[in-house]
Amino acid sequence: MRVSKPYITILAAALSPTLLFAGTITGKVTYTGTPAKQHVIDMSKEPSCAKQHNPPLMTEGVVTGPNNALANVVVYVSAGSDDANAPSVAVTFTQKGCQYGPHVLAMHTGQELDVVNDDQTSHNIHPLAKVNREWNKSQPPGTAPIKDKWDQPEFIEVKCNIHPWMHGWFAVLKTNHYAVTADNGTFTLPDLPAGKYTITAWHESGAKQTQDVTITGSESKAVDFSLALKPY
Amino acid sequence: MLNMKNFKPMHLFSAILIFILTAGFTMLQAQDAPDVGPHPPQPVKPMESHIGNLTGHSRDATMEYRRYCVGCHGEAGDGQGENTPWLDPKPRNFTLATFKCRSTLTGTLPLDSDLYNSIGRGFTNSNMPIWNTLTNQERADLVALIKTFSPRWEKEKAGDPIKVPAEPPVTIQSISHGKALFTKLECWKCHGPQGKGDGPSASTLTDSQDNPIRPYNFAAGKDDSRFKCGSTNEDVYKIFMTGVDGTPMPSFNDTISPNDAWDLVHFLRTLQIHRKSKENDVLKAAGGAIPPYVEKSEGPSASPEVHAAGGGR
Repeated sequence: MRVSKPYITILAAALSPTLLFAGTITGKVTYTGTPAKQHVIDMSKEPSCAKQHNPPLMTEGVVTGPNNALANVVVYVSAGSDDANAPSVAVTFTQKGCQYGPHVLAMHTGQELDVVNDDQTSHNIHPLAKVNREWNKSQPPGTAPIKDKWDQPEFIEVKCNIHPWMHGWFAVLKTNHYAVTADNGTFTLPDLPAGKYTITAWHESGAKQTQDVTITGSESKAVDFSLALKPY
Repeated sequence: MLNMKNFKPMHLFSAILIFILTAGFTMLQAQDAPDVGPHPPQPVKPMESHIGNLTGHSRDATMEYRRYCVGCHGEAGDGQGENTPWLDPKPRNFTLATFKCRSTLTGTLPLDSDLYNSIGRGFTNSNMPIWNTLTNQERADLVALIKTFSPRWEKEKAGDPIKVPAEPPVTIQSISHGKALFTKLECWKCHGPQGKGDGPSASTLTDSQDNPIRPYNFAAGKDDSRFKCGSTNEDVYKIFMTGVDGTPMPSFNDTISPNDAWDLVHFLRTLQIHRKSKENDVLKAAGGAIPPYVEKSEGPSASPEVHAAGGGR
């Protein structure tokens, strides 16, 4: 089927006001309860990585900020999203100093993922997918990025078995409206057309919370989340 | 409905006869099919397997699975048989369709022949025995049955098998280069500097089900020692090139060349110190010590005599 040019113009004209008057959700994620204690990582077995961290790196299972702020929380539109297509730009997951950057990487289903090794040591990238297909690949220093994509939405734990302290997450989502909270717990979800949404906040400890939000026109809504953490 | 006028003793008799026959048949059926496994998710689509000119049918494997496999792999194929709590490593969970021994890339389904060979070979250092009591046809049928436990077998094709080029001759240079790769690729972090499975990360390893898992100890065993996925040099090549899915062992197919891979195979054989091999012969002929690897070494001077010593296999 061919779409005529005037039709596209009309469609574009009809769409642009919704984007012009798009809403924004901003907020902060905090925690209640006692977060699991993090500890110093002993990287002495990999000196080329250890020397890159001064002070030494801490585990990143729970990263908190002042006033109970919770970092690395994925906040995303879990229902009511309008954009089903993956962006054509790739997301990058970097191994540097035997640490994953970012610790939690969010992406759309079907979006290209590039895994890069910036270290002087070999790593193996082992996404422990359960819904998607699990794989495990070696990546020596100086080799090309490993390219992959995930078909199904899933929170996938990522490990390096050679360096057991390396631990991260792929948040594979069926939306482009997502954010990962900063160290101060804040997030922004821009460009939301008017409509009803369910917003979910997910943390790797398993803590999760959802809220329903209605966006009417070009407004800015504040939505805060509070996740309950357990020490163990 | 009964019309009393037409009612005859003959009708009553046939009614009773029909009742007895039906009831009897139902009971017979019930005895024929006792309610024991396997209970794959319903409805089960029959699957086939193709190994060479053998064709396996899942429906023909029901009895064999119940007799030989269900105790460990479970009625639903989920690896939760009645023996499972006492087994280490745990039996394969077929519902995940993740398999250790493949000739295909990591993350893809194995070939039918990979599963067929796994059944016949068994898994060393585990409770999975060598099923050489089964006929070839029974093994092919069981492969087809394994494919009924996960919907992935209907949705996806098996991966492409990796190409294994002909093995180059073993030389002291190839062993030396293999040793350099063993260090560079961090194999020793788990397998240990002498391949004894005692590297610095060995004690931290878990499989994808969070069960502790040990890296392979090359130095253990005798002349007949074998790997989980075979015993030939080509098997060793495939093991690290495709990876052992569901375990910490990654695949190297994307990152190292076939020549490098063969050099690594040659070095790995020298870690099997108790095993008679052409690699150990070459090493012995070269004085028993692996010389340090020099990048871009031409070294044709040493190879002829080494070949002579290594010949044979």
